[in-house]
Amino acid sequence: MTCQLFALTLIFALPLGLIISFGTMSKLRPLRTVMKTVVWIVRGVPLMLQIFIVYYVPGFIGLETIDRFPAALIAFVINYACYFSEIYRAGIEAVPVGQTEAGLVLGMTRYQIFTRVTLQQVIKRIVPPMGNEIITLVKDTALARVISVIEITRKAELFADKAIIWPLFYTALFYLVFVGALTLLFGYIEKSQSYYKI
Amino acid sequence: MPILEVNNLIKNFGSTKVLKGISFTVEKGEVLAIIGSSGSGKTTLLRCMNYLETPDAGSITVNGEPYFDVELNKSLSEGELRAKRLHFGLVFQSFNLFPQYTVTDNILLASLLLESEKLKARLKRKEIGKTEYRAEKSRMRSKLMGTASALLEKVGLTDKADFYPCQLSGGQQQRAAIARALALTPDILCFDEPTSALDPELTGEVLKVIRGLKSGDSTMIVVTHEMEFAASVADKVIFMSGGVIEEQGSPAEVFGSPKSPALKSFLGKKKF
Ligand SMILES: Nc1ncnc2c1ncn2[C@@H]1O[C@H](COP(=O)(O)OP(=O)(O)OP(=O)(O)O)[C@@H](O)[C@H]1O
Ligand SMILES: [Mg+2]
Repeated sequence: MTCQLFALTLIFALPLGLIISFGTMSKLRPLRTVMKTVVWIVRGVPLMLQIFIVYYVPGFIGLETIDRFPAALIAFVINYACYFSEIYRAGIEAVPVGQTEAGLVLGMTRYQIFTRVTLQQVIKRIVPPMGNEIITLVKDTALARVISVIEITRKAELFADKAIIWPLFYTALFYLVFVGALTLLFGYIEKSQSYYKI
Repeated sequence: MPILEVNNLIKNFGSTKVLKGISFTVEKGEVLAIIGSSGSGKTTLLRCMNYLETPDAGSITVNGEPYFDVELNKSLSEGELRAKRLHFGLVFQSFNLFPQYTVTDNILLASLLLESEKLKARLKRKEIGKTEYRAEKSRMRSKLMGTASALLEKVGLTDKADFYPCQLSGGQQQRAAIARALALTPDILCFDEPTSALDPELTGEVLKVIRGLKSGDSTMIVVTHEMEFAASVADKVIFMSGGVIEEQGSPAEVFGSPKSPALKSFLGKKKF
């Protein structure tokens, strides 16, 4: 469950975050205001509460209730997409306008400029903060238990209730290995981008 | 017929009037130097000519064809605007090289994209077949590579072809940026204070390259604070002050016998 939640959250939240970041940078003021407010609320409310809300609120207002796992997944995707959107936004805004202007003057289209010039520089900039956020996600998956999704920590606890303490240590070890692998991966990506400076 | 005619160009930023009716002409092969104190609108003028700002009124004509007027530019499609803007090239004060590409790739990127598009369009219109397309593509590539290395030689960077911008000095970066702008063969190449971001000992090499470009068929507009350079390389000098052209003429006229008090005091402040 933990790995599934982690992987699915990333698959949905990474692109959704990019779309949200375009919204918060939009030239259309109403759209920008709405998106910024959404990001503010989602980042301002504890994830645990958001999981509760997605799981229980549809039932309260007479809609069909959502199963435990999808409910947790939806809450995670929305929450992380908003965090990612801020990272994207910072990354995109950090690319000097001179880069776009140089491309325009050379007759490149805006699409070509984004894909050939801006995007690589954004990726280089956001790898470290993305790495941090994704590592937090690994550990946040433990929160899914609040609506009784049996993720790994909950499973260990069930054993611990029977006075078997080792599973809790194994769980800690699991997180360490998971995070360690991700750290190596992000280190590698960062290094692969280090042939140039911005 | 002049290659460039600028007519009563006006540009405001909100309530700030930056260009208050600029008119001048440039002949083919001429070098025009634009001088003037900080904030007089020199950069804004170059940006208007390169479609980076949209003037509020006035017109620009290139080779006798309309290049800018407010109504015309609203009606032009994205593609037509792109084709028109290639009449001009711009070298920035801060170089703006693409950091993730080598010097060669910086020079190649835009022309490669442009030429591939043209080829793809021909393939789509079925003017050429698949095999022909591939052959044409590799021929186009090697032709552009040839152009790139010729340009590198022109700016004296042959040995830096595979370097990234971060591995170059400021002067080398600016020379690479000049080569990049030349790759698109603009009719008129603009320079916005090309040496202002450089250490004094590096300005010489860049000015030398620009001087070397002066020839029968390359028309250039150079905004500069290097008065000696302007005096020696320009065919015509424009002095801007507060959004208007205060004075214009040959270098001898502008530097030798300035008439307006503004120009006199401007030149007085420069060690010249
Ligand atoms: N995007 C903008 N928004 C508002 N005002 C602007 C903008 N760009 C330029 N200006 C204003 O227009 C005026 C002219 O600026 P411009 O950069 O064209 O001057 P310049 O002659 O190039 O000066 P310098 O020698 O310092 O480069 C300045 O007062 C500047 O504050
Ligand atoms: Mg300027």
